[in-house]
Amino acid sequence: MIDEELVQLLTPEGERAANRDYESTLGGDEIFALYRDMVIIRRLCNESTSLQRQGQLALWAPVQGQEAAQIGAGRALAPHDFSFPSYREHGVAWCRGVPPEDMLRVFRAVTTGGWDPQKYRHSVPTVVLGNQTLHAVGYAMGVQRDGAEEAVLTFFGDGASSQGDVLESFVWAASFNAPVVFFCQNNQWGISTPSSVQSKIPLYHRAHGFGFPGVRVDGNDVLAVYEVTKRALEHARVGGGPSLIEAYTYRIGAHTTSDDPTRYRIDAEVEVWKHRDPIERVKSLLVREYKVKKAAFDEVVDEAESLALKLRDDVLAMGRPDPITMFDHAYAAPHPLIEEGRREMIELGISGGVR
Amino acid sequence: MATTTMTMAKALNEGLRRAMEKNAKVLLMGEDIGRLGGVFRITDGLQKDFGEDRVIDAPLAESAIVGTAVGLAIRGYRTVCEIQFDGFVYPAFDQIVSQVAKMHKRSDGVYTMGLVIRLPFQGGIGAIEHHSESPEPYFAQTAGLRVVSCSTPNDAYWMIQQSIEHDDPIIFCEPKSRYWEKGEVDLDEAPCGLFDAQVRRTGSDVTLIGYGSSVKTMLRAAQTAETEETSIEVIDARSVSPLDLDTMARSLEKTGRLVVVQESPHTASIGSEIVAELSQRCFYSLRAPGLRVSGYHVPYPPSRIEDDYRPSVDRILDAVDRVMGFES
Repeated sequence: MIDEELVQLLTPEGERAANRDYESTLGGDEIFALYRDMVIIRRLCNESTSLQRQGQLALWAPVQGQEAAQIGAGRALAPHDFSFPSYREHGVAWCRGVPPEDMLRVFRAVTTGGWDPQKYRHSVPTVVLGNQTLHAVGYAMGVQRDGAEEAVLTFFGDGASSQGDVLESFVWAASFNAPVVFFCQNNQWGISTPSSVQSKIPLYHRAHGFGFPGVRVDGNDVLAVYEVTKRALEHARVGGGPSLIEAYTYRIGAHTTSDDPTRYRIDAEVEVWKHRDPIERVKSLLVREYKVKKAAFDEVVDEAESLALKLRDDVLAMGRPDPITMFDHAYAAPHPLIEEGRREMIELGISGGVR
Repeated sequence: MATTTMTMAKALNEGLRRAMEKNAKVLLMGEDIGRLGGVFRITDGLQKDFGEDRVIDAPLAESAIVGTAVGLAIRGYRTVCEIQFDGFVYPAFDQIVSQVAKMHKRSDGVYTMGLVIRLPFQGGIGAIEHHSESPEPYFAQTAGLRVVSCSTPNDAYWMIQQSIEHDDPIIFCEPKSRYWEKGEVDLDEAPCGLFDAQVRRTGSDVTLIGYGSSVKTMLRAAQTAETEETSIEVIDARSVSPLDLDTMARSLEKTGRLVVVQESPHTASIGSEIVAELSQRCFYSLRAPGLRVSGYHVPYPPSRIEDDYRPSVDRILDAVDRVMGFES
């Protein structure tokens, strides 16, 4: 099922893999940092699933299995680049510096956003499939007009790859040679729909039809994802135009906590992918090649544990917003219906009018 | 006061030009708007003067025209999107409703969606299907958007500039049947705020309210009614969302009778909203129930019979007779 053109620099067993186009440029400390990112984001994700199961979140979209794809891509971004996520890119948000508690505000159902997208240069979550890819292309057209050396990275999945907006964004990026990189995490499942229903050809092949390069990378190999994304972003920054990266990976968990994957896929498939775990292979490499000691790994586990506990505390502290905040930022300029709504809420005693 | 006479099409062109001269961040994007100048020539000559980077000939994909304008807004640009015809806006509906309208809120006020979506709307040009629709009620229903419509060259010139300068996203409805009609344009001073209604004719018996192409039809009806000793006040709503209800209520408190005119079907329409709001505000002044003269609840008809679909002087006068004859 994995084709020969898959870019892989680290095998599931943690062995270095030779590739004719790419090689890893990272040293031991940098690889360890990627390992740390992945362990932390998996731990935070598991804590979030627990919080949902305990009734503390309305929903959670787990990232398990896709840590390498997200951390590899997220760390490849330069500080001034801009990223446009869908709703599962917790790993990318982590790389951009978004505080974990901010990632959970949407799922705690206290906001529809959660963080300052300009501060972290990471846009707000986008739930309607594929919408964000057009925003990324438009932003990239702005970068072009500013004459800036910046790139834009946008995320979507194999399911969203069927959306008209994604295909329109391919057309536009190609026509305007926009400095944008399309990052498709092919996690094999769009809720219950297998990726084979979305496309009869490997997804990265689609890029060629639109007139720009496409590459398939082992999405569970953080070293390969990092190098492939980094090169694509550099290519975009210097005027080389768009490209498509298909990160071939797997959604180990459910689509969201509302989903039951046992109804549509077999355990054996999941087991195969568990052997391709993105974290274990990096750990093997770090032990074998860089002689990283158990104590260092334990330290990361401890750090992840304390971050998870902090996340839990932060989430539990998020109370019900004052209802009157629903009127904030509905419009940028004063609007009579906003004033009317606020007034009614105060008159009825629903809100004290505290903003 | 420098005034000059020009068509609405030219006034829009001049308004766009002035906005682009004032602010280098203003871009135009749409299908065939560059070399051709748009199918209605609204952007005629602008690409030549401002370049292909600022007047962007778009590939033919409406969702992308609006979706990339969202990204450009995030980057600090103000894009005026041209949708070629009203009936072609629906591929962009998702981006308009799910993204344009909600981005400011979702980003807690960080993103400013200062973009304008120009929509040649309404019928009356003898076109084929999908070229004569009135989709403005869909957008008026969506919180986060504002919807305006010009009815004169002077308003066209000023309202397009005011819309571009405004920080909320604006659906800018242009009555395409009036593109070629001439009128005085004051180049120095805007007539009023973007969201203000204007009294176009004063009267004492009945208040007529409409927007876009209906304004001229209402004025004709008012002229005819005068010969029958009925005095009609005509209000151009100009802003469809939000509505300038204060101006409308002031008129209704005087006349006590209301007829709303629009080309869209009347179910859940702008006219419905005006009648409901004014019934509430002016209940004790009303001498008759408010009536709506609208398009019928059918798909827009083939244009050979569109004049019997669009509100006509006769249908407006019939409604005027009914409110005048109402005995409480």
